[in-house]
Amino acid sequence: MDTQLILVQLVNGLQLGVLLFLVAAGLTLIFGIMDFVNLAHGAFYMVGAYICALLAARTGYFLPSLLLSLPLVFVLGLVVEKYLVSHLYKMSHLDHVLATFGLILVFDTLTHYLAGPDGEAVLLPDYLNGAINLGNIQLPVYRVLIIFVGLSVAAALAWAVNKTRAGMLLRAGASDREMTSALGVNIDKLYRLIFAVGAMLAGLAGALIAPISGANIAMGNEIIIIALVVVVIGGIGSIKGAFLGALFVGLVDTMGRAYMDDVLKLFISPVAAESAAPALSAMIVYIIMAMVLAFRPNGLFPANK
Amino acid sequence: MKRSLKPSQVLLALLLLCLALLPLASYLGLNAFYLDLAIRLMIFAIAATGLNLILGYGGLISLGHAAYLLIGAYSVAIPNYYDVDNGWIHLGLAIGCSALFALLTGAVSLRTRGGGFIMITLAFAQMIYFLFVSMETLGGSDGISISFTSNFGLFNLGDTLYLYYFTLAMLLFFLWLIYRLNRARFGYALTGSRLRPQRMHSLGYSPYRFQLIAYIISGVITGIAGFLLANFVQFITPEMMDWFRSAELIFMVALGGAATVSGPVFGAFSFVILEHFMSEWTLYWHLPFGLILIAVAILSKGGLVKLLDTHAGRNPDA
Amino acid sequence: MLEVKQISKQFGGLYANRDVSLNLKMQQIHALIGPNGAGKSTLIAQIAGELKPDSGRIEFGGRDITHDTPERRNRMGMGRMFQTTALFNELSVLDNIRIPLLRMKPPQFSIRNWFYKAVENDLNINATALGMLERLGLEHHPEQRVATLSHGEQRQLEMAMTLATFPGYLLLDEPMAGMSSAESMRMTRLIHRLKQDHAILLVEHDMRAVFDLADKISVLVEGSIIASGTPAEIRSNLAVQAAYLGED
Repeated sequence: MDTQLILVQLVNGLQLGVLLFLVAAGLTLIFGIMDFVNLAHGAFYMVGAYICALLAARTGYFLPSLLLSLPLVFVLGLVVEKYLVSHLYKMSHLDHVLATFGLILVFDTLTHYLAGPDGEAVLLPDYLNGAINLGNIQLPVYRVLIIFVGLSVAAALAWAVNKTRAGMLLRAGASDREMTSALGVNIDKLYRLIFAVGAMLAGLAGALIAPISGANIAMGNEIIIIALVVVVIGGIGSIKGAFLGALFVGLVDTMGRAYMDDVLKLFISPVAAESAAPALSAMIVYIIMAMVLAFRPNGLFPANK
Repeated sequence: MKRSLKPSQVLLALLLLCLALLPLASYLGLNAFYLDLAIRLMIFAIAATGLNLILGYGGLISLGHAAYLLIGAYSVAIPNYYDVDNGWIHLGLAIGCSALFALLTGAVSLRTRGGGFIMITLAFAQMIYFLFVSMETLGGSDGISISFTSNFGLFNLGDTLYLYYFTLAMLLFFLWLIYRLNRARFGYALTGSRLRPQRMHSLGYSPYRFQLIAYIISGVITGIAGFLLANFVQFITPEMMDWFRSAELIFMVALGGAATVSGPVFGAFSFVILEHFMSEWTLYWHLPFGLILIAVAILSKGGLVKLLDTHAGRNPDA
Repeated sequence: MLEVKQISKQFGGLYANRDVSLNLKMQQIHALIGPNGAGKSTLIAQIAGELKPDSGRIEFGGRDITHDTPERRNRMGMGRMFQTTALFNELSVLDNIRIPLLRMKPPQFSIRNWFYKAVENDLNINATALGMLERLGLEHHPEQRVATLSHGEQRQLEMAMTLATFPGYLLLDEPMAGMSSAESMRMTRLIHRLKQDHAILLVEHDMRAVFDLADKISVLVEGSIIASGTPAEIRSNLAVQAAYLGED
C-alpha cells in the first residue's frame, strides 16, 4: 500500500472529522443544555458556505471572506434564537422537530431564491493551493490548514469550558434553569449565546469546506445527519464526546470509502466486492453507531445530569 | 363507556364515505385526476396512521419512518427485477422486512434516553436510504420502474380501480386496528408508558416491551403504505422517501392530531391538498409550507381533532 | 423479609446514603424519618430499584435483588408510592386504576386478550376497579379527569393503584404529603389496616402519624442511620432529639 495515499486519506479523514466536530459541538451543546432538537443546525453550515463563497466572488479575497462570514452567521444565530427558538424551549420535542424542519425549508428556499439552484464555487488563492512536502510525502496545504483551525477551535472550547464562568455553568449542568439564575446569570442571554456560538461554528465549517466542495443547498441537510450520528456516538451534551466521536467518524468514513473494496476483496470475489463496496462504505458510519449504542445506549461519554 | 359521537368521528366517517363513492363520481365524468389524488391521500393516511402508533400513542418521535416506505416499495421493486409479479410475495416481503428492520433497529433505539430516539431513527433510515441508492442494479438514485404490479390472482393492483379499493380497504382495516389496540390492554399499557414510564416500572410493567411491539406494528403499517405506493406511482426513487418525507409524515400526524384515530387521516388530507395547491401556485412553495410547519409547532395543541372536538364543547378522549 | 444491607450511594463525592441497613417484616410498619435532604428518597429509590447502590446489598426473601429492575421487584411483591404525585394525568380516574389491573388474571395472557379485547368490556378488571374506587369514595364520577380531584383524593388514588398489583411489601414515600389533617387521619387509618397483611416502609414528616403507626423507627441524618428502635426508644434518644425531633 502506498504510504502517500494512506497519509492523504488520513489527512482527509482528520479534516472531515474536524469539520464534523465544528458542526456537532454546537448541536450537542444545544441538545444537552437547552434540551432542544435542532434539525436546522445544518442550515448554518450551508449559510456559512454561501456567505463565504458569495463574498469571495465579489471581493476576490478568500480569507477575509471566510473571516467575515463568522460574525454574520453569529448574528443570524442570534436572530433565529431570539425570534423563534427561544419560544420553543418549553415545548415538546415534537414541536422542535416540526419547527426546525420548517426552518430548514425556509432557509433552503430562500437560498434557492436568492442564489439560484446551482450552488457556488470558491477558488482558493494560490498560497493555499499547494502542497506541503514532508520528505517524499506531499500533503495538501489547505486541508492541513482546516485541521489546524479545527484543533485550535477544539482547544479554545476546552479552555472556555474549563476556565471561564460560562464554561463552569456548562459543566455544572446549566440545564437547571433555577440554579443558574440563582447564580445571577441571565438564562435567556446564556442560551442565546450558546446557540449563536454553535451556529457560528457550523458556519465556520461550511466556509472552510466551500473551496473543496462548493456551496450548495443540499449540504446542510447532508451534514446534519452525520453530525447527529456523531452526537449520538459521543453522548448528548458532551463536547469531549463530540470531538472524539467526530474524529472517529471522519476517519472511519473516509478510510472506509477509500479502502472498502480492498478489504472486501479479502473475503469475497472482486466483482462482488466492487458492487458491494459503495453501499457498505456509505452505511458503515451507521453500523458503527448501532454497535456503539448496543453497548452504550447513551453514547461513549454521556454528560451526567 | 358510551359516549355520543364526536365531531371528528363524524367528519372521519363522512370523509371515508366520500372516498368510497369517489370512483362512482369518476365513472360519471369526474376528472380521473381526483381519483389519483385520493389514492395518494389514502396511502399517506396509512403511512401516517402507522407512524401515529409509535409517535402519538407511544410518545416516541420516529424521524425515520420513511425507511418503511422504502422497504415496502422495494419489496415490489426487487421482485420486479426478477420478473416476479406475485402480489403475495410483494406484500409478504413488505411485511416481513419492515417487521425485521423495526425489530432490530427498535431494540437498539428504544434503550436510549431522551431525544436520542429521534436521531437514531433518522440515522437508521439514512442507512437504508444509502443502501438503496447504492444498488446500481436497481437503478440507484435514478430509481426503478415497476412493470410488474402486484398480482393477487383475482386482481392486479396495476388496475386503478382495484388499487383504489384495495388501498381503501387497507386504510379502513388499519384505522379499525388502531381503534381496537387503543381500547385493549396493550393500548392502555402503551399510553401509561408514554405518560409515566417510571410509574409503569413500579407497577410491574416494562415500557420497553410495549414500545417495541408498537414500533414493529407501526413499521409494518407504513411498510404496507410503501408497497401500495410502488403499485401506484409505478416508478420509485429513493428520493421519494428520504428523511424529508419522514418529517412530512410527522407533520401529518401532528397537524391532524397525535394519538387519535382520525388525526392521521385529517393530516394526510391536509398535506396532500396543501402540497397540491401550493406547488401549483409557486415554485418556492416550500417557503410558505415551512412557515406553516413553524406555525403548527408553535400554535397547535392536539391538532385538528382537538380543534374540532373542543369547539363543540366536548373533551376529546386520549 | 426485606433486608437492606449497608447500602451506600454517592453523588459526585457526596454521600447520599452511607452504610444504611434496615429490615422490613410482614405485619410491621417501619418508619424512616429524618430532616430534609437526609437521603430518605434516595434510599427508597435504591430499594425500589430505580437507583443502583454503589455498595451494599438488598435481599428479598433471602434472594439478592440488588441488580433487579423495578418491574421485577414489583412482580416479586414490592409496591411503591412516589413522593410527588405520579398519576396518569390525561386519563380518567377509572383508567388510572385500570392500568395496574391490566396484569390481572384471569384471563390468561393471549393475543386476543391483550390486543383485541376492549378493557372497558373486561368484567374482572372493571369489577375490581370499581370496587377499589368505592373504597375511596370515588366511584361516582369515574370518568372525570384526575386533575379535577383534590390533592388528598389524588394521593388516595395513587395508594389504590399501588395496592392494585397486590404487593406484600409497601414502600411509601411521604404518602401524606400536602394533605389536610382530616385527609391525613384517613390515610393513617388506611395504613394501619394495611399492616394486617403487609410489610410497610414508611417515610413521613408527619410525626403524629409516624408515632401512631410505627412499630419501629429508623432515623436518617446526613445519609446515615443514627438511631433505630421502638418509638419509645427513639423519642427518648438524645441524639435524635438534638438532630431532628427538636425541629418539630
